[in-house]
Amino acid sequence: MLLSVHALTKSYAGADGPVPVLRGVDLTLAPGETLALTGESGSGKSTLLHLVGGLDTADSGEILLDGQNMMRLDDKGRAALRRSAVGIVFQQFNLIPSLDVAANIAFQARLAGRYDAQAADRLARALGLGAQLDKYPEQLSGGQQQRVAIARALAARPKLILADEPTGNLDEATAGEVLDQMLALVAETGAALMMVTHSRALAARMQRQLHLRQGTLA
Amino acid sequence: MNVKVFLLVLLLPLCAHAQGFAGLGGQAEGFAIPAPSPDFEFPADHGAHPEYRIEWWYLTANMTGPDGTAYGLQWTLFRSALAPHERQGWTSPQIWFGHAAVTTPDTHYAADRYARGGIGQAGVNSAPFAAWIDEWQLAGDSFDDMRLTAAGPEFAYDVELRAKGPLVFHGEGGYSVKSAQGQASYYYSQPFFDLSGTLTLPEGDVRVTGTAWLDREWSSQPLAADQTGWDWFSLSFDAGDKLMGFRLRQSDGSYYTSGTWITPEGQTTALPDGEFDATPLVTNPVAGRDIPTRWRLEVPSKDLNVTVQALNPQSWMDLTVPYWEGPVRVSGSTSGTGYLEMTGYE
Amino acid sequence: MMRAALSALLSHWRRNPLQLFTLVAGLALATALWSGVQAVNSEARASYDAAAATLGDGQYDQLLPAAGNTIPQATFIALRRAGWLVGPVVEGRIGAQGARVRLVGLDPLTTPAGLGPMTRAAAADLPSYLEQLPVYANAATAAKLEGVIDAPVVIDAGIAPDTAIADISVAQRLLDRQGDLSRLIVATQQPLGRPPLATVAPDLVRQPASGGSDVGRLTDSFHLNLTAFGLLSFAVGIFIVHGAIGLAFEQRRGMVRTLRALGMPLGPLIGLMAVELLALALLGGLTGVLLGYLIAASLLPDVAATLEGLYGAQVSGTLQLRPAWWLSGLGISVLGTAIAAAGALTGIARMPLLASARPRAWATARTTTRRLQIATALLLLTLAGALTVLGNGLIIGFALLGCLLIGAALLLPFLLDVALAGAQRIASGVTAQWFWADTRQQLPGLSLALMALLLAMAANIGVSTMVSSFRLTFTGFLDQRLASELYVATDSAAQAAALEAFTAPRVTETLPLLSVDTTLAGLPAELHGARIGATYRENWTLLDQAPDVWNRVADQHALLVNEQLARRAGLWVGDNLALEGGPTLPIAGVFGDYGNPIGQAIVAEPLFRNIHPDVTALRFGLRSDTPKALRAALEQELGLSAGSITDQAQIKAFSLSVFERTFTVTAALNVLTLAVAGFAIFMSLLTLAAMRLPQLAPAWALGLTRRRLGQLELIRAMVLAVLTASCALPLGLALAWVLLAVVNVEAFGWRLPMFLFPLDYAKLGVFALFAAVIAAVLPARRLARTPPSDLLKVFANER
Repeated sequence: MLLSVHALTKSYAGADGPVPVLRGVDLTLAPGETLALTGESGSGKSTLLHLVGGLDTADSGEILLDGQNMMRLDDKGRAALRRSAVGIVFQQFNLIPSLDVAANIAFQARLAGRYDAQAADRLARALGLGAQLDKYPEQLSGGQQQRVAIARALAARPKLILADEPTGNLDEATAGEVLDQMLALVAETGAALMMVTHSRALAARMQRQLHLRQGTLA
Repeated sequence: MNVKVFLLVLLLPLCAHAQGFAGLGGQAEGFAIPAPSPDFEFPADHGAHPEYRIEWWYLTANMTGPDGTAYGLQWTLFRSALAPHERQGWTSPQIWFGHAAVTTPDTHYAADRYARGGIGQAGVNSAPFAAWIDEWQLAGDSFDDMRLTAAGPEFAYDVELRAKGPLVFHGEGGYSVKSAQGQASYYYSQPFFDLSGTLTLPEGDVRVTGTAWLDREWSSQPLAADQTGWDWFSLSFDAGDKLMGFRLRQSDGSYYTSGTWITPEGQTTALPDGEFDATPLVTNPVAGRDIPTRWRLEVPSKDLNVTVQALNPQSWMDLTVPYWEGPVRVSGSTSGTGYLEMTGYE
Repeated sequence: MMRAALSALLSHWRRNPLQLFTLVAGLALATALWSGVQAVNSEARASYDAAAATLGDGQYDQLLPAAGNTIPQATFIALRRAGWLVGPVVEGRIGAQGARVRLVGLDPLTTPAGLGPMTRAAAADLPSYLEQLPVYANAATAAKLEGVIDAPVVIDAGIAPDTAIADISVAQRLLDRQGDLSRLIVATQQPLGRPPLATVAPDLVRQPASGGSDVGRLTDSFHLNLTAFGLLSFAVGIFIVHGAIGLAFEQRRGMVRTLRALGMPLGPLIGLMAVELLALALLGGLTGVLLGYLIAASLLPDVAATLEGLYGAQVSGTLQLRPAWWLSGLGISVLGTAIAAAGALTGIARMPLLASARPRAWATARTTTRRLQIATALLLLTLAGALTVLGNGLIIGFALLGCLLIGAALLLPFLLDVALAGAQRIASGVTAQWFWADTRQQLPGLSLALMALLLAMAANIGVSTMVSSFRLTFTGFLDQRLASELYVATDSAAQAAALEAFTAPRVTETLPLLSVDTTLAGLPAELHGARIGATYRENWTLLDQAPDVWNRVADQHALLVNEQLARRAGLWVGDNLALEGGPTLPIAGVFGDYGNPIGQAIVAEPLFRNIHPDVTALRFGLRSDTPKALRAALEQELGLSAGSITDQAQIKAFSLSVFERTFTVTAALNVLTLAVAGFAIFMSLLTLAAMRLPQLAPAWALGLTRRRLGQLELIRAMVLAVLTASCALPLGLALAWVLLAVVNVEAFGWRLPMFLFPLDYAKLGVFALFAAVIAAVLPARRLARTPPSDLLKVFANER
């Protein structure tokens, strides 16, 4: 198993005491597998994604990613795991505004120490970014920005891609195009993909679908 | 005569500071106070009275040059006392000030001097008469026959004075009341001087002849608290009559007036409050303020209705305490010349 | 509607109290800085005025007894009665607790106005002056006099050490010299028709005014330079306020858009914001004036003198804030705010209703405004260069200063960008590359604060260079010109000869002061004859010289000219100068002659006596190891009057102490200026911090720890400070050069030599670095402790 999550709980501080968001979630993901996480707003799907990515810490339970117990890692360890094992694509503000497109794509791969200029170039071309490499994020359209984020996530050749509504800010036609490219490339690299979405149509294109309702998997 | 009193109060903040204005009307501590029905003794009373707080020898003159140009001159020696006595040396409580000026139709020259009493730099002797500060001097064998000198960086004068009439006493025989509350001074004049001599001006020396008017006044409690300034006239009419009149301005806008009508023979009629009337007709901007330089003067009891016009509206005494003093021309029911002093214009 | 809008606008401050604090504090600090500089200027002026009043009898002619020490008071009266406007002086020494205090008595009624503290006291209130008859002395002297004299002592910091000034009556009594005077001061303006001195007082000699003016002109130059410092500090203040307001407005663009979308008209909205700013400016200005007051009170060593100078304190010591002082402080605050806010308000007014409300601080990085800014900067610097070469006149000098400063400040972001881009190119690691790129990204938001830092540092470098150069020059000049321990004036050739014979065995050197008015190179000038000896060879430093200069001058083969003559006549070392009625000699050296308005040439004494056999020296400088004993001998054995002997060491010590005071305060103000600039950086970083989360969150999400990000923030501040400092150094030196070599030459005709103080600059650099680090610590710590959830919000839809 690439990822195995067991009895995971998480709550946030609210006005009347802690508000539970995840109430004991179990799931597994095999290498190369694609999984859609769906659910209403507030069902905890983004939180689950963040916990898996080491962006936040759980209250209890277990996350094993690529053989490492996430719960035992400190800030530094989680940052290292993020660098090397995970690629993340958010809904927006994925990019570093001070770096141009080429540098953004290369950024994580270089942090992880496995930057391959040719591979990165291929990725950029495959995503139709060949003409944009020396542009800055603010000069790109929303679709282009998300393609850069995808290219960056894939350039580091992670074993797991986490995507949180990656096309949520795009119009329908563009969203379809971007998703097609992403799925094709994910398949090509053999990475697993866990994607948060509220679109049934998108979810249907994943190998597996899980539905979160009030912090538990349905 | 002139309420140079007011000027002096300003000159010597002593009075105002030490006691406040209200204190002025009361008894000055240790100083003698003028009393009615004075009994003057001459020549002794021409000299200084250190037991009174303030005193002056004040001379103004209207003159003409060989070409008919009109001139005026002023010479004043003030005495102001911190204590009612004199002491030899630098610690004398008597302070002396001198003011001198020459007015031409287009220029006004003025200078001042300061001195401590007790060291001989300034003072007054009664017989033979001499009043001096530095080289400025009014002196002669008698009070009727004197020589007057003064000089500044740009002017000088040296003139002879000869009295053609008697001394004149203001108020009740020289007891001159200065307010409705009863403040008073001793006040007499010699308004009958004939003058001849030389003015030294930047353009050169000018021989002049004319008439002069000398005022003597001393007191200890000069001003009422609500009196803000003073317009004083000394006029000689062509017919030979003379008029001294002043108007004390009060803070509520009303006036206290007083005056003396003097016949050519020296007979006097006191003009009580209200009988002498002075009205400003024209004001001029002078040293940043508006100063009346043309007046209407009326003394109905003497059928007098004249206009008084400054010879040089810019007769501004730009000294430590500034004021206006200069020669005037009289026209109307009669004509003549004279001097005008105005203080307290802000 | 207005109330609702106002409460919405104000809610921003409620939510961001720290930002409100920084804005008000920034305004307050800028105002305080301005006030502080005014304080130094007033303090310096007051000190010099007091010095002039103590020493200033040198600016008047004096009458001295031809023989002995005493003028009878009767002679004074005789002179006054003859029309000579003279003021009496009695002078002597009294024993005071083991020390000897010089007591000078004056008469305020006849002494020229402004001479001695009592002329002011007497003019203000003569009766109370005459009632109290106080003795004036500085605090140290007053302590020595306590219990020794029975007169009240008033402390006056401006009076020279070991000197007391009193009314003539008190001085005569304390010195037991009733009826005696030492000398008479001759008023400048005299009436017409005075008889000659010889007919009134044949026993007195007239000594012409001397000295004084040198120091006066030199201090004028110093005032001018301090005024320039005042302008600089104002510029720093404006930059800071501009930064504070600009950022505060930037953050409220969203709110403005929303308010307008909800139907609030633009005009009243702008009006509301202007009123809000006015209130803040008044609050900040008021605080600043109070701060300035505290600064003045704590920085300036002599509080009494300071308070009198600045705040119009009563003599009794009760404190009074002058209305003009309050108003000028508030005015500066409001004016600065208005200048700074004009741009921000215009921006708001021009903002299209549907424009992005996103803070654009970092989005403007590559826009045309930047190109315009660079063009303006280059234009200003070119203009400064052209003015240096072509311009003439004091106004041009100040214009040059302005062009240089504003041009350099505008150019700074561009220079920093170029430097950072270069660093980014050569950086190898990905973190390093990101670091440089992100630093570049931050530049627009920080550039105002960095410009303030640049100006603050440049002003510090410029002013401390100017002040220190000035001090070196001045002390050197004093050593050179006041080398002799005593100066003696005689009144006749016979007395001069007697003096030379008397002193020959008693002194190390006797230096006659021989001079004559003449014409040199077609210009009015003075020719001096010098007895070339150890004093000249050891003390005189020349601006430029030929080899073996002193021997050649001593051998009558060459002469020296002062800088003024050299500059005006276009002559320099090696050129020839024809002496009127004498030979033509080569110029072997040029000497600095600060304060002297006219040209001067120096030849050896024998040559001078050849050309002008009729001129005899009446004044002498005496070199002695025991000046006190020598002075006593001159007075008692030779019968010279005390007034004819001047103790230059005392004058020198006093002049230097006055300067020291000013230098101390200037140094303290330098620290303050830097602190203010540091505060500006702090404020900018803090304000930027919130805006920067979207820039930092991806780097964090991709694997940089928050701790590392915080460290990088600190390093960034240091890097920017170092880069700015390296721009400030040449700018500061250019500034000093303009002040010393352009403004001074235009204003006074001589150039002050410029000295460099590398250690001071290094110290300043460390201070600046320190200030930047302190400023960055809090924002960096906050970043390192940002909860992950805040970072995650960046990516979420709700934002």
